[in-house]
Amino acid sequence: MACFLVPATEAIITTIAAKVLEKKEREQDAVRVKLEGVAPVEATKLPFSKKLKWLNGLLWGGSALLAFEHVWHGEVTPWFPFLTAAADKADAAEMLHEMATAGVSMAVLVTAVWLVMLGVSALIEKRAIKQAAPVKI
Amino acid sequence: MTLLITVFAAVIATVAWYKHAPESQMKLGILCWLFWGASLMWLVDAIFEYAELGAEYFTPAPADMLNDAFLGLSAVALALVIWLVILLIKDPKGVIKNMLFKKKK
Repeated sequence: MACFLVPATEAIITTIAAKVLEKKEREQDAVRVKLEGVAPVEATKLPFSKKLKWLNGLLWGGSALLAFEHVWHGEVTPWFPFLTAAADKADAAEMLHEMATAGVSMAVLVTAVWLVMLGVSALIEKRAIKQAAPVKI
Repeated sequence: MTLLITVFAAVIATVAWYKHAPESQMKLGILCWLFWGASLMWLVDAIFEYAELGAEYFTPAPADMLNDAFLGLSAVALALVIWLVILLIKDPKGVIKNMLFKKKK
């Protein structure tokens, strides 16, 4: 009914957070990593604000296509009150229930997937730094 | 069906993005975010529907399946249009910019 509004709201918050973080973040210290070549190279880690943009992408992308689905099903209209369920009290209650269950679950799942992506990227970063470290004899 | 079509689109977009990485002139990352984001959200929808319908969820009526497939393809088309608009506005290859200006001889 309007479940996409929950991840869309999260997307607004994370987009603002990413913009604020981007302004505040100082340049990362360079580390020695092994990239595609044989010899280790100096490189900086991807800042957190850039990683937060991954979450923004997932949330905005998903919300956009889900909003389209709601238009398809006639649940969202271009005229007031925009959400057809909002016109009726019983429907509005059902809509709020769906937002609290499906909508919140969507936001939680997308955020959980992003957290897994953060974890995996941290492991890849660690491995690249470890590979570049000189071998002790 | 909508979920299935979006997941296939997400996988194809991701493979295309990986093939061209680290270059991102075609901004394929946008397509990946659009399709993966929608796939995750529709997965939640599918789980809720499965919880309600049980095994019946996997045997939809042909008319419902057709409508869902139509919706899935329309969602893919919309995502492609969004990507194309962003690509043309950002114009990473400078094609539009070069088209708008004529060098003085």
